[in-house]
This record gives sequence, structure tokens and C-alpha cells, in this order.
Amino acid sequence: MSERITLVDYLTLDDADEPHLVANECGTCGARYFGRRNACASCFGTDFAKVTVPSEGVVRSFTIVAQAAPGVPVPFVAAVVDCDGTRVRSNLINVDPDPEHVVLGMKVRLATYLVGTDASGTDAIGFGFEPM
Amino acid sequence: MASDDVWILGIRMTKFGKHPDKDSLDLGAEAAMAALADGGVTMRDMGVLAAGNLLGVSGYGQQLQKQIGQTGIPVYNVANACATGATALRTAIMAIKAGECDMGLAVGVEKLAGAGLLGAGGQAKKDADTWERSGRMGAVAPVDGRIGTDGMPGVFAQVGMEYGHKYGGATFELFARISEKNHAHSTLNPLATYTKRMSLDQIMNDVMIAYPNTRSMCSANCDGAAAAVVVSGEKLKTLGPDQRRRAVKVSASVLTSDPWQDGCQVLPDVNTLTRNAATQAYEAAGVSPSDRDLVELHDCFATAELVHYDNLQLCAPGEAVPFFESGAPWRDGSTPVNVSGGLESKGHPISATGIANIWEVCHHLRGEAGDRQIEGATVGLAHVIGLGSACGVHILERAAA
Ligand SMILES: [Zn+2]
Repeated sequence: MSERITLVDYLTLDDADEPHLVANECGTCGARYFGRRNACASCFGTDFAKVTVPSEGVVRSFTIVAQAAPGVPVPFVAAVVDCDGTRVRSNLINVDPDPEHVVLGMKVRLATYLVGTDASGTDAIGFGFEPM
Repeated sequence: MASDDVWILGIRMTKFGKHPDKDSLDLGAEAAMAALADGGVTMRDMGVLAAGNLLGVSGYGQQLQKQIGQTGIPVYNVANACATGATALRTAIMAIKAGECDMGLAVGVEKLAGAGLLGAGGQAKKDADTWERSGRMGAVAPVDGRIGTDGMPGVFAQVGMEYGHKYGGATFELFARISEKNHAHSTLNPLATYTKRMSLDQIMNDVMIAYPNTRSMCSANCDGAAAAVVVSGEKLKTLGPDQRRRAVKVSASVLTSDPWQDGCQVLPDVNTLTRNAATQAYEAAGVSPSDRDLVELHDCFATAELVHYDNLQLCAPGEAVPFFESGAPWRDGSTPVNVSGGLESKGHPISATGIANIWEVCHHLRGEAGDRQIEGATVGLAHVIGLGSACGVHILERAAA
């Protein structure tokens, strides 16, 4: 099996290959962030702990992008998914990109896909949310 | 005419649209010299210059001085995304309030015709030969289009759709009808980039950019400039009767950024900072939200206009859809919104926008808006937002006499 790397460092794959998103949670106020933090934007605290974000959620907002920056394949569905109180920026995948199939409030779950393979044969694994 | 008030003495926008024969200095000079003439003053009277031009030459303000008058005054080159023009104006106002001078000039200019979609320009980003983590997310490849969208049409589409998720009723057709209103309004504005009325069918069947925003529901890229001369109340007392009669009072000048809110780093929260700015502005001006006679708000996309009805408190919280359905924001409604045609038809030369919308309001308050005059207008509000975010709200009032 080839080497794998996740598209972003807050996507992890466990031993059973199950994907998870991992947030940095402020130890003082509980605000959650994706990506490296200097301090908490909400309370200025500097203690953070890694927490696993629930992998199921509902679509809080979406758009179907038909025209994008050069090199970005279209159409795709960009969305905000509310995972039990933690909001996640993601594409919706494994769904037809039209307003008949994508609706506000729909239930979705985390899924992964192959982004590409680099020169050394390493697969980059991306994530999206798919309808449940 | 209280001494510590600040007034708009002269103000002007250029025609928005394509100006292939003019560079950004030509456009800025045209607006600045027209604003000075409108106020009956010259560069010699100015104590400060604040200038915004995001995509052009660096040190724009000083470059402009070399075309219109170098008098040695302090120049502030400002940048605050789509709120750059409002920021320039507020910089000049603050200099007057600080007592550093009694008159100042603010200029915003952009050359954007043919620039393509807002936020979607530039070269294609390529994946590297070998995956290597970089940036705050430790990304091994570009994420635009893989983890959501960086494009403004899609970001603001989600802003409108999120409002629909919370309160319901925000359909594709409703957003298109907002755009229909603004395009209808633009037919009366000779300075707008597009002045064609568009039917609901035309709008909904136009090229889709980011659902539910079609091309005619997106702000129009164009060239343009706007400039304003501001003066202290004390100085205004010494000026001529026509200058005093046409002066427009800046009853509130507010700039906010977005305070932390849950999820604000996932999808930009354009709501809280706008609501905060409006609240501060109404308080500073001592007017209630129902007092305004017209509103120019930042409809960078049709989906954005809807949420700002609510954020600017033109309606009760959650009531933006019924507010629009009632006909209130049409020019003959109870709260005319974007009678200029808005950014969707007037155009959005980024740094000019935050002064041009104030020009529109002043035009009505002075009773000089011709065919599109809102009769008897005495109080108006101008709003801009730049993603990142910065929000400017100005409340303007007609001179008492
Ligand atoms: Zn915190």
C-alpha cells in the first residue's frame, strides 16, 4: 500500500482508516479552531487541547460554485456543516451539485477521497461531507 | 451648526464604467478636483489627504498630489478591502475631530473594468511535485475548491443561504428579485455602469456564478473614483451661504471589525460587525433606525443585501424576507434601499465605493438627484463592508436651513 498524507493537518485517519477532524479547543472558553493558533480570538487564552470533532452534521449553508479561480474544477458544492455545535468549512461530495439534491439542513457525514498522488507515490487524502 | 460637528462640503463621483483612456490618477484627479469645486475650495484649503487605491500604484495619495496640488499636508494611504473609501473618509474626519485641521480631502479610486470575478483573478495554483505541509492548516496542496471556496460570489452566497437556514424564505427567486429591484433603480442613474432594467427571468437565467448568485446578481467590476471634502462646523460658519446650505452633516461616522463569534473563522461573519456599526451610528447620530429616508448598503451580491436589511435594523430581527416582500426597499417604498442601482448595476470600483455611496445619499439630501430624487430626504445612511472584515456606516443629515 502506498504512503498517505492528509490534505490538511487537522484531518486524521485512525488505525481503522476512519477519518476524523481534529480542532484546537481553547482551554479557557472552549472556542474551537482549525489550524495553528497563537492565542484564542475569543478570550486571548493560550492553552489549547486537541479535540475530535463529531463526524456527522447538518448543512447550515451552501453554495454551488459554477465559476471559480483558474485551475479550480467546477462545479463543486462549498458548505458550512454544523457538527454538533462545531462549524466546519467543507465541500459536499458524493452528491449531484444542484439545488434539487443539496438542501439546507440536510444530514451529512465525513468522507474522504483521493486528492492526488505525488512524484514519490504518496497519496494525498482530502475530506468532504456526503449525504447520509 | 455645532462647532464640533463635521460636514461634507463637497463631494463627487465619476461616471462608473469603462475608462480605457484614463489611468487611476486621471480618475482620482477628476473626482478630487470636482469635489473641491463642488465645495468652493482648493487644495490650498486642505489640511489632510486620505486616499485609497487597492490595485494601483503604491503611495497613491502622494502620486495624486503631484497631479492636483502638492501643499505639504499629511497624506494617509489607507487599505481596508471594500471599506477602503469609507476608511479614507473617516481618516479625514478623525483628523478634523482631533483638531489637527479644519478641512480635509478623501479620495477612493479603482481601475477594475474587465478584472473578472471579485476574488477569482490571478494564475492557477498548481499542486507541488511532492506533498509538503505549509501554512496554518498544514495543507499539502491548495485548498480553494477542495475545502470550500475562496471566491467572493460563493462566500456571500453562503452568507445569504445561512440567513435562509436560520429564518426561512430565502429562495433563489427572492434573491433574484432583490437584484431586479436594483437593476430597475439603476435606470435613473446616469453615472451607473449598467442602466438596463432586467426582468426576473433574465436575472435567474443569466450565467450562474455561485448558486444562488447569477452574473447579474454580482457587483459589476468597473473603473471609477469618488472624492469628498470635509470641513469642521467651526470653519463652515465662516463660509458662504451656498456652501452652508449645501453642506451635509456627518451625524455619525463609524468603523468596526468583526468581533469573535462562533464559526466566524469558518464562514466570515458579516452580520455582527454591521449590526454593531449600525447600533453605534444610530446612537451617535441620535436618530432611530426608522428615521432614515434612504439607505445605500453594500450589495456586493444580491445574497448580501438581504442580510443587511436585518443587520442595519431596517426590519425586526429575522424579518428581512417579509421586509423585502412588502416592497419597502423599492424607491417608492417606506425605506428606499440602493436607489443608485447598488453595486450590482452602478458598479463596484472597490476603493471608490465607500465614498460613492455617500455621494448618492448627499445628492438626495441636497435635493439635487433629479429624476431619482427621494422627495424630502433629510436623513440617509451609507454602509460598506470589506471582507476580513471592516464595516463603515455613515449617517448623513441635510443642513437645517
Ligand atoms: Zn478562549
